[in-house]
Amino acid sequence: MPLNLTVNGQQHTVDVEPDTPLLWVLRDTLGLTGTKFGCGIAQCGACTVHLDGKAVRSCRTQVSAVGNRAVTTIEGLSAGGLTAVQRAWIEEDVVQCGYCQSGQVMAAEALLATNPNPSDADIDKAMQRNICRCGVYQRIRKAIHRAAELAAADNPAGGE
Amino acid sequence: MAIKRRDFLKGGAAVAGAFTLGFVIPGKGRAAAGEGETFIPNAFIRITPDNQVTIIMAKSEMGQNVYTNLPLIVAEELDADWENVRIEQSGVDAAYNSPWFPMMLTGGSSSVRTSWDALRLAGATARAMLVAAAAEAWGASAAELTAASGRVADPATGRSVTYGEVAAAAAKQPVPADVTLKSPDQFRLIGKDQKRLDSELKVTGKANFGLDVRPANLRYAAVARPPVFGGAVESFDAGRAEAMPGVIKVKQVPSGVAVIADSTWRAIKARDALDISWDERGNGGVSTEQMQTEYRKLAAQPGFVIQEQGDFEAAAARAERVIEATYEVPFLAHACMEPLNCTVHDRGASGGTGAEVWTGTQMQTTDRAKAAEILGYEPESVELHTQFLGGGFGRRAAAWSDYVAEASHVAKGEPWPVQTAWTREDDTRGGQYRPMTLHRSRLALDAGGRPLAWHNRVVGQAIDGFKMLGMEPKNFDDAMIEGLKTQPYAVPVVNLEAHLVASPVTTLWWRSVGHTHTAFMKETLFDEAAHAAGIDPMDYRLGLLEAHPRFVALLRKVKEMSGWGRELPRGTGLGVAIEESFGSIVAEVAQVSVKGRNIAVEKVWCAADVGFAVNPLGLREQMESGIIYGLSAALYGEITVKDGRVEQGNFDDYKVVRIDEAPAIEVAIINSGAPMGGAGEPGTPPIFPAVGNAIFAASGQRLRSMPFRLA
Repeated sequence: MPLNLTVNGQQHTVDVEPDTPLLWVLRDTLGLTGTKFGCGIAQCGACTVHLDGKAVRSCRTQVSAVGNRAVTTIEGLSAGGLTAVQRAWIEEDVVQCGYCQSGQVMAAEALLATNPNPSDADIDKAMQRNICRCGVYQRIRKAIHRAAELAAADNPAGGE
Repeated sequence: MAIKRRDFLKGGAAVAGAFTLGFVIPGKGRAAAGEGETFIPNAFIRITPDNQVTIIMAKSEMGQNVYTNLPLIVAEELDADWENVRIEQSGVDAAYNSPWFPMMLTGGSSSVRTSWDALRLAGATARAMLVAAAAEAWGASAAELTAASGRVADPATGRSVTYGEVAAAAAKQPVPADVTLKSPDQFRLIGKDQKRLDSELKVTGKANFGLDVRPANLRYAAVARPPVFGGAVESFDAGRAEAMPGVIKVKQVPSGVAVIADSTWRAIKARDALDISWDERGNGGVSTEQMQTEYRKLAAQPGFVIQEQGDFEAAAARAERVIEATYEVPFLAHACMEPLNCTVHDRGASGGTGAEVWTGTQMQTTDRAKAAEILGYEPESVELHTQFLGGGFGRRAAAWSDYVAEASHVAKGEPWPVQTAWTREDDTRGGQYRPMTLHRSRLALDAGGRPLAWHNRVVGQAIDGFKMLGMEPKNFDDAMIEGLKTQPYAVPVVNLEAHLVASPVTTLWWRSVGHTHTAFMKETLFDEAAHAAGIDPMDYRLGLLEAHPRFVALLRKVKEMSGWGRELPRGTGLGVAIEESFGSIVAEVAQVSVKGRNIAVEKVWCAADVGFAVNPLGLREQMESGIIYGLSAALYGEITVKDGRVEQGNFDDYKVVRIDEAPAIEVAIINSGAPMGGAGEPGTPPIFPAVGNAIFAASGQRLRSMPFRLA
């Protein structure tokens, strides 16, 4: 059954079962492999993407449930150059193996979109859905604070 | 340091207009090459006219930062512009073999320490040739020229050229017979914090892991494997699966039944719809509970004597007290973020030649050989592409090439490339675990609390992987007593015994291998001894380590960092531990608070001595990583088997530490100048006992088995 999908601003028609997780449509049908498979049960956050700017686990989001909402993946984030989160991640040398980082970056972007200046507790609460087996958690905390500063500097008017 | 001319080769892997220098990192299987034989280089420096310096290396990047630290060493001696240095992954060749084993291997925390000398020499040699080329062009004396940041300059005239501009001419220079390496005070890059080179790829989703390869006409496979270790397919009905959308083929392979489909999801769904009768091969009754009972029984009986330095019983008879304790650890899965996977294209099946393999691996040589054997080609006809590894931790040093072998069977004879992907449950239940192990230890102390004699009996399985490396265990496996023969505490008699047991549960090396349990046992035991003797555990250790200044310096460092001895709130405690592993020594202090049955690790202080830190930032990151990895096991990690089946499957029941439980970690580095040690693993062993000892300090409960659970 063909379904219409808007991913990173582009329209796609995909012919898959309606219960297919968005993750596999992105990775196998559309070839957007930046979004990762980690657990398949919304436990690890490696598959995090945005639906209308909100972070969701694409491994547990049926493609038929996406509807008209705009899907943004890690590939769609940096179209206009690296974001504050991505720059902060590089500055703070966050990544190690890197496999979870697409999901971490997407989760951090969604956090900062609603809470431009999160506390450590806010960060722990929002980011505890994303597992990193390399254990770079304290660098993630630091990088989110740094991203908040970078974003504020990018946009001094503070327009949310 | 002398270097022989024949160790270098110009022009291999040539690129037009570029300077290319191949060099040798000494490894097994090449030492035999005699004078006059064809020289095969095993790593390359390539400098192209655009001034880009590329280091071609054979090590796999799995987070441990080799893609940054190895080129860093070359760039230092080369005086390259660090902004223009990149690394490129090599193919598979005997020339790239590990210095320890006749194969390519990224493991044993070995990459930097085994490449260090050769990479420096290579960088210095290339630099000399670039300078010589500029000197010739200018009619100047090479000795009067300088090189820095990728440029050769003539201070007398103010002229300068980039390395790229002089690369083609440098390629025509003779390779110098000897070169002078920098003294440490001349280092500009090494020894200073250097950020990773692969960050941008990894924060933009562009890094290609094994699961991300998408060759043309790719098909996807999932495999149903026996639910019981050692089991096999008895019969199966593929009817329902074959009728499902996107399913292309169902086929039996040695490890189970494979479904090939046009997407991963369709392959997994159809795989789950297979109707299979399994032959449990008598293993349907295996249980870890039963194994534990057997281990405890064996622990009470004399085992194989590995080391006997004296009469323990005689020492015990005259001792003030004998501490006796049993320490137990479970099977552990590696749980890499990227589930296992491998993509294979049997090109020969559709009129081409040989095959192509794409995977994240720490052992290219054996994986390629296994794929070749299964597909029916010579290894040289199989092109293996090493992808970024979404975690390795030893699991992707798959001694028996399980996931590559299976993917090769799946793709054999098929006209398209097939990506065989494991689900998280497949990965968790796929075996290859850190062995379940028990230590029964007795420590005889004199009236002053000093050890007179130590007797340790270990019960456990060998690590299957060592058999493949030619180290078939007879009565014990070295990993069962890893570090104990050379343990540093002043103990006149150390006797070691083992019971080697077998089970159908498969085992493998897991980040820091045997140290994961030997350090836990040793550092908990000596903590218990300190408390029994009424001596502060930090002072007790210092008192027994007088002959080992590196250990003393590290303990003093974490003592100072952690404010050891300060007043702490009720229910909060500090615990210390120290372990030498992989050539490095690491001390850690953990601060833990307990509330009811809840254990919170609030902070960890770590001091590491790897001899010399090539990249201090990278070293601190490896310590942080090793600590969190160990902490997941200390607090949660446990694979249990019941009715022959693994009881855990995913991150909901095989829990790992998340950000809200992750302690702040402070790392100090001591550059003692000792021979260089490793970084990827040594941060892990001390965290188990440091946390356990802190739990004791906080609660008075001595926990001798992991994962830690308060009564």
